[in-house]
Amino acid sequence: MALFIDIISGVCLLIGSFLIFSGALGVLRFPDFYTRMHAAGVTETLAASLILIGLMLIAGWGLVLAKLILILLFILLTSPTASHALGKAAWKAGLKPAGTTENSDHR
Amino acid sequence: MILIATTVALLAVMAMAMIRAFAGPTIFDRVLAGNLFGTKVVLLIAVLGFLFGRPDFLDVALTYALINFISVIGVLRFVEITKRSTSKEEK
Amino acid sequence: MRHTISIAIMLSIIWLINSGHYSPLFLVFGAVSVAFVIWFAHRMDVIDDESQPIHLSAELPLYYGWLIKKIVVANIDVARRAWQVKPSISPSIQNIPVSQKTDMGRVIFANSINLTPGTLSVELNNEQVLVHSLTYEAMQELVEGEMGRRVSKIE
Repeated sequence: MALFIDIISGVCLLIGSFLIFSGALGVLRFPDFYTRMHAAGVTETLAASLILIGLMLIAGWGLVLAKLILILLFILLTSPTASHALGKAAWKAGLKPAGTTENSDHR
Repeated sequence: MILIATTVALLAVMAMAMIRAFAGPTIFDRVLAGNLFGTKVVLLIAVLGFLFGRPDFLDVALTYALINFISVIGVLRFVEITKRSTSKEEK
Repeated sequence: MRHTISIAIMLSIIWLINSGHYSPLFLVFGAVSVAFVIWFAHRMDVIDDESQPIHLSAELPLYYGWLIKKIVVANIDVARRAWQVKPSISPSIQNIPVSQKTDMGRVIFANSINLTPGTLSVELNNEQVLVHSLTYEAMQELVEGEMGRRVSKIE
């Protein structure tokens, strides 16, 4: 059973590392600010959750598990707020998204 | 073993965020990269705590997450207010 | 009163998790600090449905269960596009009508849009939300409005 949990946690950590790397790759490669924000979103939702879940499985029952859950909840609650504030500030500053298809923007 | 791999991946991601922070081109790209760097530091501290067998590091990670969120909002407010005042002076 | 009890329970849990010391002296300190925070919150008048949405607590987990599925799919999609030699993205920006009546519902809707990678709510007001999406397909899915309907149902 312990081996089984170790394997699941290893898989979670590896997939999380891969996803977090993909997100950072997107942040480097995508053409403009708004598209980069989407790539950053990948690293902050599923990738961070998977890494923290992997750690939770290693931690076992106890205070450490509760603290990890607290960190996960905190990241999931604040990251949308931070990205909304960032997007809104960029939009208010007049930063136009590049190469967008304007589909009925003014209806 | 897997913890070391995760640590290496997180360090690589932080280096990539740094490249984006220096490359810019707009100030918002830099704030985005800073925010990304901050959340990755939280994860790195948590993983390092397990790697060294000292889960007490999680308190540091939690505090860092709090400070990171507040600082991003603070920097954005600062950018917004400075932009507004400079555009007023131009008028 | 229900909100005060709920915030007291939440603060106590957070204190217990972060403290790690359970001698009687520290427990008294914890109780005092929880009481102080509740008093401050009362003076700031922030203990209400907005800070403690307990009237939603029955439906919210179901909705977030559905949202997690969407988030996983969207994550895989965006990560796949980041690895493509020439990223096949079609960024689009559009106003999406918001059908929710309460502030709480609108905030949950915008929050869900932001939590899903590939879509980002840029500006939110009472009638519509300006959304930037990485691909045209993600935008079409939002226009179709399944997420909006689900949020309207629980608000």
